[in-house]
Amino acid sequence: MTDKIAVTLRVNARDYRIEVEPRRTLADAIRTDCGLTGTHLGCEHGVCGACTVIVDGHAVRSCLMFAVQAEGSHIRTVEGLADGERLSPVQQAFHDHHALQCGFCTPGFLMLATAILEDNPRIGADDLRHALASNLCRCTGYHNIVIAVQAAAEKMR
Amino acid sequence: MTWVGRSLKRFEDAPLLTGRARFMADAAIGARAVRFVRSPIAAGRIARIDIPDGVSAVTGADLIGVKPFRPRLNRSDFTPIEQPILPTDRVRFVGEPVVAVIAETPEAAEDAVDSVAVRFEPTPAVTDFVSALKADAPRVHDHAPANTVVDAKIRPPAVEAAFATAAHTVAIAIRSGRQSAFPLETRGARADYDPATGRTTLTVSTQMPHIVRTGLADVLGMREDDLRVVAPAVGGGFGQKMCPTPEYVVLIWLARRLKGSFAWIEDRHENLMASFHSRDQAHTVKGAFAADGKLLAIDVDLLCNIGAYSCFPVTHGVEPLMAMAEFPGPYDFPAYAARARAITTNTCPMAPYRGVSRPAITLAMERLMDTAAAKLGLDPVAIRRRNLVATFPYTSATGIKYDAGAYREALEIAAEKVDLPGFRARQMAARAEGRYLGIGFATFNERTGYGTPAFAPRMMDVTLGYETVEVAMDPSGFVEARIGASPHGQGLATTLAQIIADELGVAPDTIRVIHGDTDRTPYGWGTFASRGIVIVGGACKIAAAKLAVRLRAVAATLLQTEAGKVELADGRAALAGGPASIPIAELARAAYHQAHQFKDQPDIGLSARATYDPDGTYSNACHVAIVEVDVETGGVRLERFLAVEDAGRLVNPTIVDGQVRGGIVQGIANALFEEILYDQAGNILTTSLMDYAVPTAAEIPPIEIHHLETITDASITGAKGVGEGGAIGAPAAVINAVADAVESLGVAVYEMPIAPQRLRALIRAATGKKR
Repeated sequence: MTDKIAVTLRVNARDYRIEVEPRRTLADAIRTDCGLTGTHLGCEHGVCGACTVIVDGHAVRSCLMFAVQAEGSHIRTVEGLADGERLSPVQQAFHDHHALQCGFCTPGFLMLATAILEDNPRIGADDLRHALASNLCRCTGYHNIVIAVQAAAEKMR
Repeated sequence: MTWVGRSLKRFEDAPLLTGRARFMADAAIGARAVRFVRSPIAAGRIARIDIPDGVSAVTGADLIGVKPFRPRLNRSDFTPIEQPILPTDRVRFVGEPVVAVIAETPEAAEDAVDSVAVRFEPTPAVTDFVSALKADAPRVHDHAPANTVVDAKIRPPAVEAAFATAAHTVAIAIRSGRQSAFPLETRGARADYDPATGRTTLTVSTQMPHIVRTGLADVLGMREDDLRVVAPAVGGGFGQKMCPTPEYVVLIWLARRLKGSFAWIEDRHENLMASFHSRDQAHTVKGAFAADGKLLAIDVDLLCNIGAYSCFPVTHGVEPLMAMAEFPGPYDFPAYAARARAITTNTCPMAPYRGVSRPAITLAMERLMDTAAAKLGLDPVAIRRRNLVATFPYTSATGIKYDAGAYREALEIAAEKVDLPGFRARQMAARAEGRYLGIGFATFNERTGYGTPAFAPRMMDVTLGYETVEVAMDPSGFVEARIGASPHGQGLATTLAQIIADELGVAPDTIRVIHGDTDRTPYGWGTFASRGIVIVGGACKIAAAKLAVRLRAVAATLLQTEAGKVELADGRAALAGGPASIPIAELARAAYHQAHQFKDQPDIGLSARATYDPDGTYSNACHVAIVEVDVETGGVRLERFLAVEDAGRLVNPTIVDGQVRGGIVQGIANALFEEILYDQAGNILTTSLMDYAVPTAAEIPPIEIHHLETITDASITGAKGVGEGGAIGAPAAVINAVADAVESLGVAVYEMPIAPQRLRALIRAATGKKR
């Protein structure tokens, strides 16, 4: 298990040449090998969604994917959302609507919401709530997360 | 213009939104990884430990001189129990750490854990309090017969008399399932030894850095100043991250011994198995009622499964004694008898979790009210109206003073908002279509923001309660507020800045709140027990007011006036009623760099320190849930949830709403979804999110909140605590609603969580149908 494989991960439009064990998850590679610790691990079995990143346009649980599987894909993480100091519409809406408390689930929700809205900014309220049910938050009770994503959707239409 | 009362956006958000915040696992990168071999059995002896060559490991035998955790209450009805850091002879629950394994990376450490062979000799285990209480039950701790480690009683003679003459006696038994606080970030820590100073820094995901330092230094036999405890960004705690645990002791021991850096990050499996649990209680309640529904007396037997060990510093007395003291809740009745027992079992230890016993006692009291209402032909609002405390201050049946609240107002507003008569009509119509709707009310109060006067009667070795704050303005005019408490998502960096800003006349964004570092903050307790805004906020107000006195004195010298005539506002010190003014930043510069001008001042520079240690203040609320039960599946759909709550002055209304909603959703989870389960042998059955059902956005309806603001002098800021109330009231409201929905089927619901299979079993039993 310890023979390492050279992989190039393209994260937030930058190439990271790393060497990883085949069993290394994409989440661990992003965090430890690329040094992008904004992606969080809450359960490591694909339920909580804290580790959600965007891989080739799709919201993906990075704890359920191996780093070697992501070679050649375009990966986006929370570190790539803002334009310099300017927050993305989803980030700004989370701030404006108090959609985070401890903030641990926040990167995963931001990536999930970004993927949902980039796919369809006109998504209906019920479908949106259902899609946001992909991830867990323990602090907010979800109320303000739903409101924030709806507000971001308005801006992204 | 004042800052308190405004929904200022949070100063905490920017790093959390951009991925720059540093959580525990981020801080652990680069340290050597420590992982734990844990007991796979609930009870037994450790016969032999085989560590393969090449594997670096620590067992209990290595930890010479390290003391066990031994939290104490100094009362005769309390039996202390010890927790070894790594046991050498016996294990007492599945998940108990036995061997620590060290490797260069987490993956290598996890592989090494698998290579360690521990031979256990299992002995009989007890996991539930019914079997644990039997005289011949196996003992979890040899010195605790019937596994009873707290047995507290109150029985005034008036209780017998009240029951003897009461028109009605209503008896119920409720059961509260075991729940995990489930912070989304698991626990973890990193210890770094500094060879230059000989000190060790423990970075740990905690709610209470100072007492964690004290507790760890004590068991390690260290000078406390040789240990620095730092809390990074903390990804939720809700009580689970209050207490020091064996894993942290091992990390510090390793760092000091091997003069290096060692880290452990818990995985979710460990977190559900071996981090603290809560809420495993059964209450048997009898209420004596007059013919008109007035409650005359309560007699309650409270059983709390506290798991295998105690928790420092609050001890295993925290759940039973809290339940006993607070059981009377918002109701006025004169006679109260209670027996409260803590039962130790071969299960994961308990620690406080948002609400601490009050979700269960509120369930018990609110089910009692609805059961009595049905018996007496009253509606749920009428029986509560008849019994809620209406005049304040009020002294409860357990002798606790309630400051003013809005108990009846909250109930009346809630009843009006949900239109009870309108709902009953809709419920009837739905029933005719074979649909089962139900409504549930829960009224409750919650003691919040209490200091040492409230903790002292518990007779703890460690009496918690006060908070100290240092507020200092630097020469550039920026303010630092150093607090001993340590927030984990509550937004204190924003709300405390609002309180301080009003006292100093500066903008909140010029104030930085420093927390979570024992080297940088005064000794204090932490964020728990709905206390942050009341006690830390109060200390901030007092300290900032003291600093304002200093600022006015400096300004008076520079403006050539008297201090009493100086007003601080909008970043300037101004002569009242005149045009002369000076920027506060200039005052700051002068105070430090022209100190010779202020010889009449007691001190050089601009800082002030204050401690606040209040008796406590009661928040209150009425929650209402409307549900629809699918009687074929046992599924419960929440149609509406409403809370009318009184937490005094709202420092930041948006943040308050966030606290209320977050608590309510954890309460809904308590009522409908989440339960930690063990089998009879003590194997835990719920160690993944496939088994432990945390609700998502799909299960939760929008939650309506209405505020009342009763201001009392029990809180110097007027704010009452708001962190736990949501979790306290919501379970009872939901269970009452489910009970109301299925009452016509002859189904009685007195347990939570009422998961679908459990509700179906009740429906089957009541209707005599096989499926």
